Parts: sequence; structure tokens; C-alpha cells
Amino acid sequence: MISEDRVLLDDLRAALGTERARAEPLELTLYGRDAGVEMGEAAVVCFPATAEHVADAVRIAARHDRPFVARGSGTGLAGGATPVGRPVVIVTTHLNRVLEIDAAQRVAWVEPGVLNLDLSREVRHLGLHYAPDPSSQQACTIGGNVATNAGGPHCLAYGVTAAHVLAIDVVLADGSIARLGGIEPDQPGYDLRGCFVGSEGTMGIATRIAVRLTPNPPTVRTLLLDFMSIEDAGATVSGVIAAGIVPAALEMMDAAITRAVEDFVGAGYPRDAAAVLLVELDGLEDGVAAQVEAVRSVALEHNARTVRVAADEAERALLWKGRKSAFGAIARIAPDYYLHDAVVPRTRLVEVLRKVYAIAAEQRLTMMNVFHAGDGNLHPLIVFDSREPGIWKRVHEAGDAILRACVDAGGVLSGEHGIGLEKRDSMPLVFEPQDLDAQARLRDAFDPSGRANPEKILPQGSRCGELVSVPEGAWI
Amino acid sequence: MDLTLAAEAAVAASVGRADVVVPVGSGTHTEVGGPAPTGTEVRAPSGIITYDPAELTVTVGAGTTVGELAEVLAAKGQECALDPRDPRATIGGTLACGLSGSRRLRYGPLRDRVLEVRFANAAGDLVRGGGPTVKNVTGYDMPRLLVGSFGTLGVLTRVILRCQPKAIHAFWGSTDQHPDSVRARCFRPSSVLWDGARSSVLLEGHPKDVDVQARAANLEPLDAPPVLPGGPHRGRASVLPNQTEALGTAFAALEGVRWVAESGVGTIHVACDDERDLRVAREATEASGGWLLREAGAPGLDGFGIALPNAALMARVKAAFDPTGKLAPGRLPFSVALREAASS
Repeated sequence: MISEDRVLLDDLRAALGTERARAEPLELTLYGRDAGVEMGEAAVVCFPATAEHVADAVRIAARHDRPFVARGSGTGLAGGATPVGRPVVIVTTHLNRVLEIDAAQRVAWVEPGVLNLDLSREVRHLGLHYAPDPSSQQACTIGGNVATNAGGPHCLAYGVTAAHVLAIDVVLADGSIARLGGIEPDQPGYDLRGCFVGSEGTMGIATRIAVRLTPNPPTVRTLLLDFMSIEDAGATVSGVIAAGIVPAALEMMDAAITRAVEDFVGAGYPRDAAAVLLVELDGLEDGVAAQVEAVRSVALEHNARTVRVAADEAERALLWKGRKSAFGAIARIAPDYYLHDAVVPRTRLVEVLRKVYAIAAEQRLTMMNVFHAGDGNLHPLIVFDSREPGIWKRVHEAGDAILRACVDAGGVLSGEHGIGLEKRDSMPLVFEPQDLDAQARLRDAFDPSGRANPEKILPQGSRCGELVSVPEGAWI
Repeated sequence: MDLTLAAEAAVAASVGRADVVVPVGSGTHTEVGGPAPTGTEVRAPSGIITYDPAELTVTVGAGTTVGELAEVLAAKGQECALDPRDPRATIGGTLACGLSGSRRLRYGPLRDRVLEVRFANAAGDLVRGGGPTVKNVTGYDMPRLLVGSFGTLGVLTRVILRCQPKAIHAFWGSTDQHPDSVRARCFRPSSVLWDGARSSVLLEGHPKDVDVQARAANLEPLDAPPVLPGGPHRGRASVLPNQTEALGTAFAALEGVRWVAESGVGTIHVACDDERDLRVAREATEASGGWLLREAGAPGLDGFGIALPNAALMARVKAAFDPTGKLAPGRLPFSVALREAASS
């Protein structure tokens, strides 16, 4: 162990307790990456139990002039929690208390390590839930959701994390503490809370979060629509929206993933379909009934083979189990997968999907698609065996080509996973230099030291006038 | 050629050259917050640039009025819940002042409507933030930063907004029941306004559902939507949602203070004929832990009444975007120090 790391570790142990700061090789490896593919290197990993511990850890990192990286459950797929520059990794999973539930105001105060699904379970008896529901909701933390502005199937109607976070207590990079936003409807001045959500740990660490709780809808209907072509499924997606319906969720699964899921779960999905749509409608009884009929007729107009409406809660749960088991299902096909995340205008979904298939064919890769069709959020899933020589190169090339296809269709780089390390260097595909400069200025205003999760989101050279590199042989 | 883009570039050039920049729209929000400065007036271009109903998004010049946008969207059965008091307001002005409309209870705050912004920065460049799709986490959330920034970080020239299908039926009804009990009996009402005596409720949805809800809450139909209080001196109180009724009751005891509260939200709209009464209403608001924004008139009142939270951090954000304090100085209290430093 390097002696500076030893002193850093000792200082953290003195402040947090011996067991709360660790640097054994096993931990450093375990916390060296998130669920993305890039490996980093942590100097020390610490496990604060209180907001004060977090502030202590950040201040100690500052004193040692070290970066720090916040980490929840590590389910992020873009390398946002991957340690770069031998930082102090601050793990929030011990900060896992639901602090306060205010059913009358429909607000919950939680610590950042509370698991997404645990919060909804905790408020179920009140007829409430926490609306953002990423597929990893059993494992991911609310703090991580705030960092990535996480989405989920039900964000189509209810909005992503940013629309559900009211206030955040944060430790800024200099160790100072601030409350951003509030429970009152308005605060004077700039929306710092809005800036912080989705900033992937580059503006500080959340220690307490106030989220909006949503009343459970009295009526919920879930439909499974089955098509012989993805064109028909895509046209149905646009047709539903054009009919003036914004479903609570509108998910698409292509032929390959539908078969894989059916073999795994047995939810009654048609194994021979080219695509299925899972549509959820919620609200009050008559409105939902009318929408079910409207969706049915749009689907039949576009050659749906069958329209199955879940008869009861058990059938509805089974249909959703199919959708949410997609990643378990693919593990039976190949040991590794690479999950992409990009958004296109929903009217161009099918055209982009066709390109995605062509890219997969060109790179000789197995590709499956299960995604949030209603908001145009594609999730191409490349399934492979990393032991195959040269496979990573093809996987990465396919990923880059997919991103370009999405951007060319008027899309963006990420709908809900974030930029992190994975897509940082693709940012110039969608932003001009002056756009990146403005983002860099905002980031620097929050953290002039640049120690909060460095090297994430913004590529090198984002600041106008920033010296990127000196050309070889230059006279200086 | 994109004529709007050319107009935006002209706005940006004018912003870049000016010593003091005063973004101007329809003039409906000029007195909100801090006082408007005098200087070079700049106007964002107006007009609908692209509208694809199947995407539920619309791209507009920031100088477009909310009323004009509403007409275009209504022709396709859609709307954008911006809901300013005066539909002559421009979209840019409405967003820059950040005042949410009175259907916030259901549709959320104003800033949830904005997907992408383009603005002229202090140097005279056009800068884009956010993205055109309904879902996006590509980079920092510049749209939310710009909403409510009063033009002090940049001048909005173009925005992409999220639209929604217009409800097939809307019904305003009223009852003398307490607003808490009305909200408990209705599922996601769009608005519950309370004036101390009666609750006025907006229900939107399927006609049968609306009817069932209206009966459950004993609502009597209203001929017209309730009107927010008017007068020469107006303000907007912001308190914890569970303090709304208590503060409303306190206002009811004040002579000369007319008010309507948004139950479940924590916003109370206040109007007075005498500036002194608005000052008294502000004192009552602050006593209940909230603050009152000056919306119109009351030249003797400070725009916000309280010190801005996290002022040091906000000042750093301001300095990062507008180092010389030239953008709408005075609308938010961060320009003075920058201007002094720049001129010394």
C-alpha cells in the first residue's frame, strides 16, 4: 500500500470508525467498477452511516487532495460510479433509512441508500407509491436514481426521477452542506435541485432526499398485443399516442427476447410473434375502459394477431414478470450481455430498429430488444460470450454504430442510464463546443476543485480555451 | 434556410454587444421578482418551428405567445400546461420567470414541461441544452436551470416543450367542504382552489369518471372557472403544502388582502389595492415559514423579501454564465457585485 493511501485510510478510520473505511484488495476490486464494463481503481472504500460521516469523508478527501466518488448499489451501466484517479469511494448503502413519511403531503424523506422498491413497499399500506421504477428497482438506490435521473416503464405517464425529487440535502465537494430545493412549491433563485438531479455524482453527494409519493390508481389494466411485424407494432405505438392516449407504460419486446422470456418464465407470451407490446392503462374506471377499447382498435387496425387483457391481478403480475425477467432470461443464452440505452423520436423507432438489426448482422452479434417504446427509449441488448477472441471489439463497434444511428435519427445518447464514462467521449455527437462549455461552467460552479467524480459526463476539452494536448513537434 | 435560426443569431449578436441586456416579451411578467433594468432590449423570435403531434413535442421561438401556441395545439387535441395568468405572455417570459400554473396539483411545476432550450449567452453565442426527446439524461439539465432564472444566465431564443392530449372533458365545480376533504374524495384533481369559504375544483378526464367524482365530492357546477385575485399589487406566497389552509386563514383576517390558495400545492395568490397590505401579507407568509414573491406592482417591496438560499453557490453559477453581470441585472440579486468588479 502506498504510504499516502495509508495516511488517508487512517484519517478516514479515525473519523468514521475502523470498520467503515477499508482498503483490502478484495474490496478495492469489488468497488473498482459498477455494472458497466470499465474497470477503475479505488484508493480507499468507505461506508458512512450518517450524513456527518459523508461530510467527514469528503473533507478528508479534500485535505488529501483526492477525488471522491459516490456509489449506491453499483447497478449503474455507464461507469458513473467507476473510480477514476484513485479516489475515495463513498458507498451509501449503509445510509438506508426511510426517515419520514408524510402521507398527507405525499412526501417521503429518505437516505440515499434506500432501495427504490423498498420505498414503494413501505408506503403501499397508505395507497401510495414511488413512481420511477427502473428495471433494477429491487437493487438500485434512490441516491443512484437521483444521480442518473433514472426512469423506468412507468415514467411514460409519470415522468422521470427529476419530476419526483423535491429537495436534496447534499455535501458539496468542499465539504460544506446545502439543502437544494424544498417541500414548498417554489424557492427563490436558480433551480439547483434540478441541476443536481442527473449530475452523476459530479456536483456532490446526496445525504437526504425528499421525494414525491404518488397515489395508486384505482383502476389498472394491462394488455399484451402480439404482432407479426415490428412495423405493425411500431405503428401501433404511434397510433396509440395519436389517439390521445398516454399509457402508464408502453413496452416493446422483439421476437428474440419474447422467445427467451417465454422459455424462462412461461408468462404465455406468443413464441412466434415478431414483436409484442405490453400496454398498461391506469386511472378511473370509465376512462380506463374507454382507453382499453381504443388501444384494442388501434392494434387491430395495425394487424395485431391477439389482444390479451389481463383478467386479474395474478395475470397482470405474470405479464410484467415476463418483461422484468428479460435479463434473467438472456443469461440462459450466453454468459455476457451489453445493454445499450438511447432515445429516438418515437415515430422513428422502427426505422432505427431496422438499422440496429443491420449493425448486429454486420458484426455477427446476437441482438435482442426490450425497451420503453412509448417514449422512444431503445435498449438494444447484445448477447455474447466474452471468451470468444476479438468479441469485445465487435461489441464496442456495434455500440458506437447504434449510438450514431440514434443520433442521426434526431435522438440523444441516453434516456435513463446516464453518460458516465461509457458515453462521455460521444457527447460531441450531440453537443457543440459552446454547449459543452456551458455544461462545464455549471459543473465547475458546483465544484471548483473538480474532485467530485472527475472524468465523468464531459469529455476532455469541454471548456472553451481548455488546452487539450500540445501537438507533437509543436514549438512552444 | 432556417429563418428562426437567423433571427436567433441576431438576438445573440445583440446580446453579445450590449452592456446591459434586457430580455423583453409581452411585458406581462416585467414586475415579477426583482425590478427590470434599463438597457438594450432584446426580443426572441416568435412562431411555431416544428410540431409533430405523434411525438407530443413542439418547437417554438421563445417569443411565441402562450395563447398562440395553445391554438395550434388545440387544433390537434393537445395542450401544453404552461397556464400563465395572461395568455398574451410569451413562452420565453413565462419560463424565465418560472411561475407555475394553477393546474400544478396534477401536472407538476412549469419546469417539467421543458425538454430543450436554446439561449443567447453573455458572450453572444447560441447555446443549446437538454434534448428533443421526451426522455433524456444526456448531460446536465440546462432547461431546469434556465426556467426561473429571469434571463440572468442567458436569453431564451427557442424551446422544445412537452405536450399532452387535452382531456376529453373538463369540469369546474365548487363546494363548501374543506379542500383537504375534497382532495381525499377525488383521484388526481387538476386543481383545488380555496378562498376560505369555498373549494373550487377542476376535474379532467372521461365524462363518466368526472361525473362520479363530482358527485362523490358534492360539487356544484360553476359557470366559469374561478378568477385569481386581481389588483395593482400582487404576490405569490409559497409555504409547505400543509400550511396552506392556516396561512389562508391568517390572510382572511387581514383587511385589504384578497387571496386564493392552491390546496395541496402550497401556493397562495394574493392581491391588494394598497402596497402596504401586500407587505403585511408577506410578513404573515414569512411568519408561517414561507416567502412571498412580488408578482406585480408594489414598487416599494423587494422582489423576494428573503435572502436567497445557497446564495454563494448561486452567485458562482451566475458568475460562470455572466461574468460581468450584464444579463438582466437586478432581476435576481447577483449582478451588483459582478458589475462592480467588472467596472473597477
